[in-house]
Amino acid sequence: MIKLFQIPDNIKTFFIEIGELSYFAGRFFKELFSRPFEYKELLRQCYYIGNRSLLLVAVTGFILGLVFTIQSRPTLMEFGAESWIPSMVGISMVREIGPVIIALICVGRISSGIGAELGSMRVTEQIDAMEVSGTNPFKYLVVTRILATTMMVPLLIIFGDAIALFGSAIVENLKGDVSFQLYFNRVFNALEFSDLIPAIIKSFFFGFVIGLVGSFKGFYCKKGTVGVGEASNTAVVYTSMLVFIIDFIAVFVTDIFY
Amino acid sequence: MKNINDITPIIRIKDLRKSFDDNHVLNGFSMALYEGENLVIMGKSGSGKSVMIKCLVGLMQQDHGDIEIMNKNINELDQDDLNNLRTEIGFLFQGSALYDSMTVRENLKFPLRKRVIDPVEAEKLVLEALKSVGLIEAIELMPNELSGGMKRRVALARAIILHPKIIIYDEPTTGLDPITAKEIIELMRSIQLKYGASSLIITHDVDCARVIANRMILLIDGINYAEGTFKEISASKDKKIQAFFK
Repeated sequence: MIKLFQIPDNIKTFFIEIGELSYFAGRFFKELFSRPFEYKELLRQCYYIGNRSLLLVAVTGFILGLVFTIQSRPTLMEFGAESWIPSMVGISMVREIGPVIIALICVGRISSGIGAELGSMRVTEQIDAMEVSGTNPFKYLVVTRILATTMMVPLLIIFGDAIALFGSAIVENLKGDVSFQLYFNRVFNALEFSDLIPAIIKSFFFGFVIGLVGSFKGFYCKKGTVGVGEASNTAVVYTSMLVFIIDFIAVFVTDIFY
Repeated sequence: MKNINDITPIIRIKDLRKSFDDNHVLNGFSMALYEGENLVIMGKSGSGKSVMIKCLVGLMQQDHGDIEIMNKNINELDQDDLNNLRTEIGFLFQGSALYDSMTVRENLKFPLRKRVIDPVEAEKLVLEALKSVGLIEAIELMPNELSGGMKRRVALARAIILHPKIIIYDEPTTGLDPITAKEIIELMRSIQLKYGASSLIITHDVDCARVIANRMILLIDGINYAEGTFKEISASKDKKIQAFFK
């Protein structure tokens, strides 16, 4: 039989992977509402994912706010618009730069970590051992991690935004002689709920895909220790792409409603 | 006196078949494990021993055949019933499979989550299991602080903590030095005597089989090629069988 056209293998693999990831997400929602609930493991994961990322997010956020303000100050000064710096930094940080950059930091820190951890558990038969002992490993390992990232990443983003604004306020205080009170007054006067709510909603989606892709890649890891590295690496690549796609959709939808 | 054929086996496998694409790993393997016995299954690497035990505990789905554990066909059980049945089975993995992020105590307590046991009773069971393998002092250590032999002992303690009726050993001596391997074999014997569990031992270690087997099966070409006591099988003139004992 003559084939009119042949689908390249990498495209086929891509679509198969999308299908498997969707099935994995479906299984997450199914298992999420079934008993028993693994509260203890969920809290442990929230601690690991949230608390242990705080410093990284704080440093990144602080430098982000600092650099952003230093870089944009001279240009705005040319137009005599330096008084707009707090509102400009506030809006751009809360709406776009903060969520996306902090999410990308979390991708590198959390998604790859989950991929590597579950991957090594798979190749050393720890997941099998869990299943044989009568525990559902999907519920214990995957559901708790995805839930923890969905809850913790938005908090990390809010925290990162706050630190970024603080970094920006320091620059304004030192270079522009603007008091902290005045700086934050200008920021909060400029911000509206229409800036905050879409940013917070999309950060939940960022958290969800960070946990989902990391868990998916790790849980189905193959090929021994090489597979663990691959799981961690592809988790970062896929999740970063998904973060940008979600961001694009969020901006598109926000633009329609606001 | 009862004939062995009149006794209901605790595990019965009938005509088990499993293939991976064109690779036919199991081609109609059958076996029965009786209460209190140590059954050794020997075979070369890649002969399908591990695939067989993965099918046995429901970690892998067979293509054909029936598996009954304590008169329950595992393919007819729902997930909850299968999980309950699994608590009657202790499993020692080839690489020990201790949970890296947990201490020895937490590793041992993990299988107890499925049973409603008060913390005092749980601690008692942990101490009893660790005492059985002679590793009480390691209770607070993390798996990465243990040697290969110690890991295997802790894994064995985890396998027996619920006093299972069946213990499955997947290559219990692989990767260990001869002295430690001997210690593990002795430990398996003492545990069998203490708990009276039925043991299914997968190995390619002839010394292990010689010491521990009441009965053994040679798994060659995906079928039970030979069956009998160690003495009977090792005396065989068949070339394929002799290859194991050279």
